[in-house]
Amino acid sequence: MNIEIQDLYFKYPGGVEALRGISLTIEAGEQVAIIGQNGAGKTTLVKHVNGLLKPTSGMVRIGGWDTTEYSVAKLAPRVGYVFQNPDEQLFSKNVETEVAFGPRNLGFDSEQVQRLVKDALAMTRLSDKTQTNPYDLSATWRKMVALASVIAMDTPIVIFDEPTTGQDAMSISRVADVIKTLRERGKTIITITHDIDFCAENFERVIAMAQGRVLLDGKTNEVLAQEEILAATYVDPPQLTRLGRRLGFKQAVRNQEEFLAVLKDKNAS
Amino acid sequence: MAIVDLKDVTYTYPTTDSPALRNINLQVDEGEFVAVIGPNGAGKSTLCYTLAGFVPHFFKGELTGTVEVAGSESSQSTLHEWVLNVGLAFQNPFNQISGAKYTVFEELAFGLENIGVPRDEMKARVVDVMELTGISDLADRSPYSLSGGQQQRVALASILVMQPKILVLDEPTSQMDPIGTREVFGVIRKMAEQGMTVVLVEHKVEWIAQFADRVVALKDGQVLLEGTPAEVFTSSIVEESGFGISRYTSAARKARELGLWKSHRLPVTLDEAAEGFSQALTPDPPSASLRDASRSPGGTGE
Repeated sequence: MNIEIQDLYFKYPGGVEALRGISLTIEAGEQVAIIGQNGAGKTTLVKHVNGLLKPTSGMVRIGGWDTTEYSVAKLAPRVGYVFQNPDEQLFSKNVETEVAFGPRNLGFDSEQVQRLVKDALAMTRLSDKTQTNPYDLSATWRKMVALASVIAMDTPIVIFDEPTTGQDAMSISRVADVIKTLRERGKTIITITHDIDFCAENFERVIAMAQGRVLLDGKTNEVLAQEEILAATYVDPPQLTRLGRRLGFKQAVRNQEEFLAVLKDKNAS
Repeated sequence: MAIVDLKDVTYTYPTTDSPALRNINLQVDEGEFVAVIGPNGAGKSTLCYTLAGFVPHFFKGELTGTVEVAGSESSQSTLHEWVLNVGLAFQNPFNQISGAKYTVFEELAFGLENIGVPRDEMKARVVDVMELTGISDLADRSPYSLSGGQQQRVALASILVMQPKILVLDEPTSQMDPIGTREVFGVIRKMAEQGMTVVLVEHKVEWIAQFADRVVALKDGQVLLEGTPAEVFTSSIVEESGFGISRYTSAARKARELGLWKSHRLPVTLDEAAEGFSQALTPDPPSASLRDASRSPGGTGE
């Protein structure tokens, strides 16, 4: 399911103009990372995708639906949203009930709910924690419960707001695995992240925002090579991209595989 | 001389069976900048609470061993005496905001009011700390109207303004953008250079490697390893135990298998990686890569 955004402006009731003319299209099955400094408008933008916010002017269409004509509830089967802070979305007495809430609410029958819950728990490696109260889990695992509760809704579009914040290396690789699995299933994914190395290693397309505008939008390697514009979005290129540049690599590399490939080439020549 | 001295510290939270900290021995010198790393659940936050006196004074539970800071022992002191020595910035800044103040300026003065600092001095210290932490433009905003990254700066400022001898920071940049993170690390480093002792819990390896004097790796409530950032982050024990390591280290380790990394030491920082890989690539200087390096823009703190 695709996302079309045209000339989107948004002003908060207090008068802060958070989005100033955003136009972009995300095709069905694309995985996009949104990066940029605190206050750039990243969260405000994705809240337009699930209809939590409606444009002050401009247009947002989700699979052809203009979001001003549909409620958040109507959009819910199309767009799942994992909040930055899991504690803002967890409320059930155990993990299984928590994860079942979304699909049940969307009207799946009990057999389908069971299948979706089982699948989401397996994907997030929570299968052995089904009866635990989410608040008895560590922050890392609560994050996984938040992920599972949205994955179980089986929406064609999934939004992750800062999925790696405060997570350790093991947990970040679990999040990366979840995104990979969803990609293989053809989901459209939007992820907001400050973790530029995570972004480089897991996404093909990157959008860099600053002050309510899109500064860069393109293939990951191309965007990450724009060091000066990235600096305006308060983002450093990934570690290996910077290292490649210092070593005089002509193209921007974004992960270890690409880095070593160029290194081998240079060494042979 | 050690200003922080933990001897054989074991601590168990009430209502739990197994200790969160086990036989911790840790000394930190005055003015030293120590980073604590470890997987989630390793005991990092509990260690912060212990240094700040919340363990055992607030959380209760069972503490054995001795926690000595600036010459006094925590079990023999009150929390009121303790806060004058140790300041703790919480992992979640939202939990730290007093809720009793309408503006950031007042929030920053809150701690000083409580310890009876004269009004003029209080104002001057708040103005200075806002400048230092880059939040002067937020002075009149409500602490609750701020973004996560901004709240974290306020939380840090509200501790710095107390001028504690020991600064304890629990993931102080987790919600900040990368350049904000670098600025905050710069501020913390500056504090350490001015003689403040810093204990920092953090996952961001690249910045620890660049700024900290020493790294303590915790796992399952125990100290697994400690040493310089280079020693800890290039240790195979740390990688095998599920700690984050820098991309430079893992790329060099892989390159070494391919015969493309010659040095016996692995890199932790960008500079070390650039130097090592340049050598591997170009036995005969001057090389293209070295010329590029000298041409790269300066002042980026790398």
